[in-house]
Amino acid sequence: MEMKRREFLKTSALVVAGAAAVATGVPLVASADDQWSSLKTLDKHQADTLLKMTRQIFPHDNVPDSAYAKVVVVLDTDAGTSPETAKLLKDGIEQIDTVNGAGFATLSADQQVIVLKKIETGPFFQKVHATELQSFYSDPEVWKILGYQGPSFPKGGYLHRGFNDLTWLPNPPASASPKAS
Amino acid sequence: MAQHDLNDDSVVVIVGSGAGGGTLANELTQKGMKVVLFEAGARQSPATFVNQEWPAFNQLAWLDKRTTSGTWQIAKDFPNLPAWICKTVGGTTTHWAGASLRLQEHEFKAKTTYSGIKNANLLDWPITLADLEPYYPKAENKMGVTRTNDIPGLPGNNNFKVMYNGAVKLGYKTCSTGRMAINSRPRDGRSSCWQMGFCFQGCKSGAKWSTLYTEIPKAEATGKLDLRSECMALQIQHDDKGKATGLLYADKDGAHHYQKARVVCVACNSIESPRLLLNSQSSTFPHGLANSSGQVGKNYMRHTTGSVFGIFREPVHFYRGTVMAGIIQDEAELNTKRGFTGGFEFETISLGLPFTAAFLNPGAWGRDYTKQLEGYPNMAAMWIVGEDMPQETNAVTLHPTEKDKWGLPIPNVHYDDHANDLAMRNYAFDRGCALYDSVGAVQTIKVPPYPSTHNLGTCRMSESARDGVCNKHGQSHDIKNLFISDGSQFTTSAAENPTLTIVTLAIRQANYISEECAKQNI
Repeated sequence: MEMKRREFLKTSALVVAGAAAVATGVPLVASADDQWSSLKTLDKHQADTLLKMTRQIFPHDNVPDSAYAKVVVVLDTDAGTSPETAKLLKDGIEQIDTVNGAGFATLSADQQVIVLKKIETGPFFQKVHATELQSFYSDPEVWKILGYQGPSFPKGGYLHRGFNDLTWLPNPPASASPKAS
Repeated sequence: MAQHDLNDDSVVVIVGSGAGGGTLANELTQKGMKVVLFEAGARQSPATFVNQEWPAFNQLAWLDKRTTSGTWQIAKDFPNLPAWICKTVGGTTTHWAGASLRLQEHEFKAKTTYSGIKNANLLDWPITLADLEPYYPKAENKMGVTRTNDIPGLPGNNNFKVMYNGAVKLGYKTCSTGRMAINSRPRDGRSSCWQMGFCFQGCKSGAKWSTLYTEIPKAEATGKLDLRSECMALQIQHDDKGKATGLLYADKDGAHHYQKARVVCVACNSIESPRLLLNSQSSTFPHGLANSSGQVGKNYMRHTTGSVFGIFREPVHFYRGTVMAGIIQDEAELNTKRGFTGGFEFETISLGLPFTAAFLNPGAWGRDYTKQLEGYPNMAAMWIVGEDMPQETNAVTLHPTEKDKWGLPIPNVHYDDHANDLAMRNYAFDRGCALYDSVGAVQTIKVPPYPSTHNLGTCRMSESARDGVCNKHGQSHDIKNLFISDGSQFTTSAAENPTLTIVTLAIRQANYISEECAKQNI
């Protein structure tokens, strides 16, 4: 567990920079394969494997592969600047490819989860988890699907855009919640 | 802005520009005193604040390495991030949510009131509520606290509506949008609240009080303030009579300088303040400055916290509008019939999707977790903030081997939950879940504490020099021209968010420092 949290912090600045690049710089694409052309360090098999892994870590059935592929791109970018990360990913992928005697990407979803549970306290899983936690949930594509509206300053906040539009409960009295003045 | 000479030994040096240090700097310069204000972080502004959680965290938070130990869940979930506090001009007033509650009378007498609690290093404050009553209104006026000084309350958002309706169902009587240092109408040259929902990321409208754009520019306008940002305090030095003489610091390029001073005030929040005193050890003071009691760094408190999230059938969009939109104070009263002593507040809280994913269940993954996250638009949430028990073994200490980039030992933060803290948290979790259940929650989630934002007590005030680090004015017992000017002064933690009281103590301390200097006592 401890390793993971260290990664969580150690990588935060880097990952966020990567996530921001993903959020603004990469066009939305229909499938993950189209994005592998930009990879610098990972090969197609490694990227395909990480794609499956990232989906099993935070599975959202209504989120397309293209969103998970962005996490793989962040990991690839990280590996491009850090030989340590590159080795961690390479060794980790080899491990999950062999632990069940078959390639990870060919396993059923349930089997993939079983494999990941075996390695969840190790540095490879922790790295992928921490990176995904930060970049995936910072992606406007994911925000839209999961119902988060993101930065509100450019739109003037929510004062005139529904900060108090809940109607399924009675409104509190003005003594508890005055009108906006 | 003034530039004071390094050899000017008439200046007051203040380390830290947050609620305590930033306020003290303004109060002293308004009285005509020369101040050099040191801040380890860089200067941002509402224009440079970012409405995104991770980028804002990287912009504002104190990320220098710290270690943790003890039974608190933080040591497991965030071993290198014991506290979510800031390294930037304005300190954690850039990040705070604005709740501005006065401490209650009995909370100043914790030892007397809570007598018989085992394994707690309780002490009565050397001041009472009456001592602060002349100063609380000044702080509330300065900060523009709603429901004081004829300032109307803020309008409640959707998260508040859920809280309010549940509070009524549970029979609570004190639920409202509370006393907040957020402008409900334009005031003091600052905008009213836009209900943006990014209070924690730095308020881009400036509606929320922060020393960054209130106290500090006002102090600069006097021509008496020399603000040195991106400067790390390394050591407070002293003469052979044991009087503080100035501050050794590193500028942003790493060059060391020594600023002489008449008075040194430490306001670096409750981890760095004791660390600076401990790192200032000398042959005269081998256990650190102001530490004849041995209490520097001890009695670390962080409030008993936790959150309750409710997921409902219909949308809430709790991220819209002020983060701390409502407060319930019924449970803050003195009432020992609940199986614990001390009280707690419920305060709404909201997180964006990135931080909800990070904090709802730290470390979690898989389908059970993502099912919860898919309830995001229908979530409401409340934070629990309650009095925790001081324990001498809960302490900020210097790491035996690890050093920072300036070569100084990094801090370790040790915290064991007290049995009273655990009983309070469990009770509060259950009441919070009951509140959301009463208005139709599909699911309630008990969320473990976030890294501490209310860090208190590590240089505590005491009547006797044996029991604590400073006196009722924050003046260290051992060194007359050395002051503690932040939440580390707190003798006990009380149930209320500490910022209003930190500001109040700073206003009071400024009067004392000015008077003592005029009398040539320091």
